[in-house]
Amino acid sequence: MTARFVAGKVLGALGTLAFVVCFNFFLFRVVESDPVATLYRGRNLTDSQREELTRQFGLEGSRLEQFWRYVEQTAQLNFGRSYATNQPVIDEIWAAAPQTIALVGTATVLAMIVGLLMGIAAGWRRGTTQDRVLTSASIVTWSTPEFWLGMLLLTFFAVELGLFPTGGISDPSGPASGLGKLVDQAHHMALPCLTLTIAYLGEYALIMRSSIIDVSREEYLTLARAKGLRDAHVRDRHAVRNALLPSTTLIALSFGFVLSGAITVETVFSWPGLGLLTYESLRGPDLPMLQGLFFLFSAAVIAFNLAADLLYPYLDPRVRAR
Amino acid sequence: MSTVAWARRRRALRQGIAEYRRDREGLVGIVVLGLFVLVACSASLLAEAENLRAITADERDYPRWASPGELGPLGTDSLGRPVWDQLVYGSQVSLLVGVAATLIAIVIGTVVGVVGGFFGGWADAALARLTEWFLVIPFLPLAIVLAAVLGPSLRNIVLVIGITSWPVTARLIRSQVLTIKERLYVERARALGASGAHILGRHVLPSVMPLVIANATLTVPVAILSETALAFLGLGDPTRVSWGSMLEDSFSAGALGREAWWWYLPPGLCVIAVVLSFTLVGRALEGVLDPRLRDVHAVGR
Repeated sequence: MTARFVAGKVLGALGTLAFVVCFNFFLFRVVESDPVATLYRGRNLTDSQREELTRQFGLEGSRLEQFWRYVEQTAQLNFGRSYATNQPVIDEIWAAAPQTIALVGTATVLAMIVGLLMGIAAGWRRGTTQDRVLTSASIVTWSTPEFWLGMLLLTFFAVELGLFPTGGISDPSGPASGLGKLVDQAHHMALPCLTLTIAYLGEYALIMRSSIIDVSREEYLTLARAKGLRDAHVRDRHAVRNALLPSTTLIALSFGFVLSGAITVETVFSWPGLGLLTYESLRGPDLPMLQGLFFLFSAAVIAFNLAADLLYPYLDPRVRAR
Repeated sequence: MSTVAWARRRRALRQGIAEYRRDREGLVGIVVLGLFVLVACSASLLAEAENLRAITADERDYPRWASPGELGPLGTDSLGRPVWDQLVYGSQVSLLVGVAATLIAIVIGTVVGVVGGFFGGWADAALARLTEWFLVIPFLPLAIVLAAVLGPSLRNIVLVIGITSWPVTARLIRSQVLTIKERLYVERARALGASGAHILGRHVLPSVMPLVIANATLTVPVAILSETALAFLGLGDPTRVSWGSMLEDSFSAGALGREAWWWYLPPGLCVIAVVLSFTLVGRALEGVLDPRLRDVHAVGR
C-alpha cells in the first residue's frame, strides 16, 4: 500500500465531505429563499426583530459571504441553535448520540454474528431444506419495514404479555444509579435491539451465503477434502476464512450507519437517540437541527467507508499486489 | 441486417421466457404482483372512496375502533373509517410511488451509466464522482432532508425517492457498457465506419436493456419500502392514504396500546407481500440473464 493510494482515498473522502457541506448550504439557504419569513409565517415582525433574527441565522451579507461563514462554522461543528429548544444543535446531538450508539451498535454486532452464521449454514448446504428455510427467512426479514416489526413486537411482548416496557430508556421510579440503573436501561433496550437485529441480519446472511457459494467452487477446497480433512474443518478453516473477505467491506460500512440506522425504530420505542431527535425535528421543521444531523450521519458513513477502503489491502494481499 | 438481429432477439426472448417459467419463486412473484395490480386498478369496485373521509364515517355513524366483523372485513380506525377501504386505496399510492420513483431512478441511472461508460474522459470522471457521492450518503437521512425541505406531496415523494435511488443502477450500467464497448462486433461496426450514435443505439443500448429491466424490478421494492418509511415519519402526502400513512396514523392514534391489530397488521403484510414478489421476480430475471447468478440465487434446486 503506497502513500499515493492512502492520499488518494483520504482526498476522495474529504471531497465527498465537501460535497455534503455544499449540499447542506444550498438546500437549506437557497431552496428556502427566506427562512425567517417561513419560520415566523403569519406573525408581525418589527424591522429590528427581523434584522436580529437574520443575523442569528447567519443570513446577512452576500451569498458568498454566507457560504464562507457557513464553511467556517461547520468546520467548528457549529450548526447554530435549534429552532425548537434554542439550544446549540451540537449539544443536543452529543447528548443523544450515546443512546443511539449503544442501541444500534449492539444490534449491528448481534445481527452480524447471527446473519453470518446463517449465511454459512445456508451456503455450505446449498439446495437442502436448511438452505431453503434460512434463505427464505433472510429475504423475508429484508422485505419487512423494520418499524412495523417493532410495532408488532411492542404489541406482543410489551402490551399483551407485559414482559418489557413500552418505550423510553428508563423507568422514572426505578433505581437512579449503579447496576440497577444499567439493568433497567438494558430492559428498555431489549425490544428495539431485537427489532433491529432481525431487520439487519438478512443482508449479512444473503451476502455470506453467496460468498460461501463462490468460494466452494475453488480448487483448494477439493484439495482440502482430498487430503481427508473433516467437513467442519474444511468449512471453518478453508472456506469461511476466504468467504469472509467480501463481508468485511459490508461490516465496516454498516458501522458507518450506526448513527443514522434507527430513525424509525427509535421513533416507535421513543428511544431518546439521534433517530428520535430526527423525527422530532421534522415537526417544525427544525432546519438547523436537521442540517447538523445530516452532516453527522454522512460524516460517519464517509469515515467508515474510508476505513474499509484502507483496510481492504491489508486483508486481501491480491489487492495489495496490484 | 436488422431483420436478422430482430429474429435473433425474438428467439432469445422466447428462450428467456421458457427459462423464467422454470423458476418457481419467480412465478409465485408474478402471480402475487398481478393480484395486487388488479386490486389497485379495480379499487373503486372493491372499496368506496367516500369511506376514506372522516366526515363520511361521522355521517354514517360508523363505530370507532370497531374490530373486524363488527364493521366491514377489517374493522375501523380511530375516526371510524373502515380499514379495508384504506387498504385497497393504499395499494394505488404504494405501487404508484414504487413504480414512478423507479422510472426516474432508472432513467437517471441509465443516462449517467451509458454516458460515463461510453464516452469516458472527463465526463466519466465527473459522473463517477457524483455516483460515488450519492452511493456513500446515507439514503434515508438524505431522503428525509429533501422531503422536509420540499414539503409533503405525492409528486415530491416520487421525486425524492427517484433522485436518491439511481446510483446503484448507474454503476451497474456503466460497467456493462464498458465490457460491451470492447466486444468484437462493436469493434467491427466501428471499423466499418459506424458513427458513435449508431453504435450506441444499435449495439450498446439493446444489450444493456435486459439488465436495466432486471435492475428496475429490484429497485421497485426498495422504493416501496422507502415510501413506507417516509410516510411513517409524516413526510407522505397528507391528502392520500398509503400503506405507510396507515401505519403512521395507527401509531400516532395509539393503536398499539389498544391492540387494534386489524389497523396496522394488514398494511405491513401487504408491504411485505409486494416487496417480496418484486424481489423474487427481479432475482428470477437476473437468473435468466446471468446463469452464474442463477446458481447463487436458486434455493433448493
